[in-house]
Amino acid sequence: MERELRVSKIKDGTVIDHIDAGRALHVLRILGLTGAEGLTIAVVMNVPSQKLGKKDIVKVEGVALEEEQVSKIALIAPSATINIIKDYAVVEKVKVQVPALIEGLLKCANPNCITNQPREPVKSRFKVSSVRPLKLVCEYCGTELNQDDAIRQLTGGAA
Amino acid sequence: MKGKDVLTITGFSRDELEQVFDEADLMSSALDRGRSLRILEGFVMATAFFEPSTRTKLSFQTAMLRLGGSYIDLPPEEASSRAKGENLADTIRMLDSYADVIVIRHRVEGAARFAAEIAEHPVINGGDGTRDHPTQAMIDLYTVRRALGTVDGLTYGVLGDLKYGRAARSFILGLSLFKPKKVYLISPPQLACRRDILELLEEKGVEYEETSSLTSVVGELDVLYVTRIQRERFPDPTEYEKVKGSYKVSMEALKGAKGRLVVLHPLPRVDELTFDVDNTRHAWYFTQAAFGIPVRMALLKLILKG
Repeated sequence: MERELRVSKIKDGTVIDHIDAGRALHVLRILGLTGAEGLTIAVVMNVPSQKLGKKDIVKVEGVALEEEQVSKIALIAPSATINIIKDYAVVEKVKVQVPALIEGLLKCANPNCITNQPREPVKSRFKVSSVRPLKLVCEYCGTELNQDDAIRQLTGGAA
Repeated sequence: MKGKDVLTITGFSRDELEQVFDEADLMSSALDRGRSLRILEGFVMATAFFEPSTRTKLSFQTAMLRLGGSYIDLPPEEASSRAKGENLADTIRMLDSYADVIVIRHRVEGAARFAAEIAEHPVINGGDGTRDHPTQAMIDLYTVRRALGTVDGLTYGVLGDLKYGRAARSFILGLSLFKPKKVYLISPPQLACRRDILELLEEKGVEYEETSSLTSVVGELDVLYVTRIQRERFPDPTEYEKVKGSYKVSMEALKGAKGRLVVLHPLPRVDELTFDVDNTRHAWYFTQAAFGIPVRMALLKLILKG
């Protein structure tokens, strides 16, 4: 008897694999997908993974990721791999990378930080001081953001 | 050090700080001999203080004048273009085109770093929000060196508002560059040192202990650094009411202290350091304020000329 869960292959699109277990829906939010777009989407959650113990997978038909989306995914799923699928085959496989500096993606939590002042031409900038657990430090005021803060900001919802 | 921005005390190495202190010794003896210096003749410093200041601004201006240089000062808000809504970035660009170095104080955290990113000329942080006051820390460490001959191997007590006070914060950060024997962080629990500072002390292997009682540790101290409660930085005024007046350094409180205990205070003081300490051998805080001149002279010289 077949005991494994099978998800059908997609023809053209993107497979995001090795997402931290339980964060697939956050990835969908980052991609701006609700399901109402009519695209074929497969979400697999909490399946066994050698690397992570458990993992999530997201498959989306007909969508290619933008660079900013990849950076955001890296922050909530630092082990994720992104597979570009063309005609049922993987044509490119990229492991996301958490950059040393995160610029302009997140807002500093300190209202008195220069990056939160209106009318100043300045983007937020965080140094990544740890990837797991995620710890970001504002380069201007030293305020720290953690994984939950990043998820809340990037997905607009609860961590 | 030529061209270096002065944003945080930890942006300096111990060697660089000692270079500043050695230079400050030279400046100090030149001042004592009444020599007029022309080291920075032709140089212009801009002071841009968006927050009140007495010592920091005046001592930077005096330091520049004593070195033969000159300064321009950003007028108060109501008399300048800021009243018309000019932002910080544009103000800094203008000052950068007029002066060779900019000293900035701002209520907003990270303002000095932002200014340094915009300006071609070096920027000196004269205090930003609750974060950093690097030149104050240089003066404080220099005073310890002058008073006791060394910064290393001493037991320090840092008393007061360790949460919002940028001078206390910068002093503790500065100590982490040296090898103190022990640092007591003395404060009411609501004003305790922030976690990032404690983590840094641990990382640097500095022995520290948090306590709310000066009495229990006063006998061990070589240096007691007293700070004011930063009323203006409390997000909630009722929180300030709860802690105001919660500690006081008087001769009574210093009973049992070592005879050579050095008491420092970045000033201004409110009621946390009583006048009866002023005329004792413990009182180093007025000398500390006076050292603002040679230390800032040294820094300006090293930044502008190397």
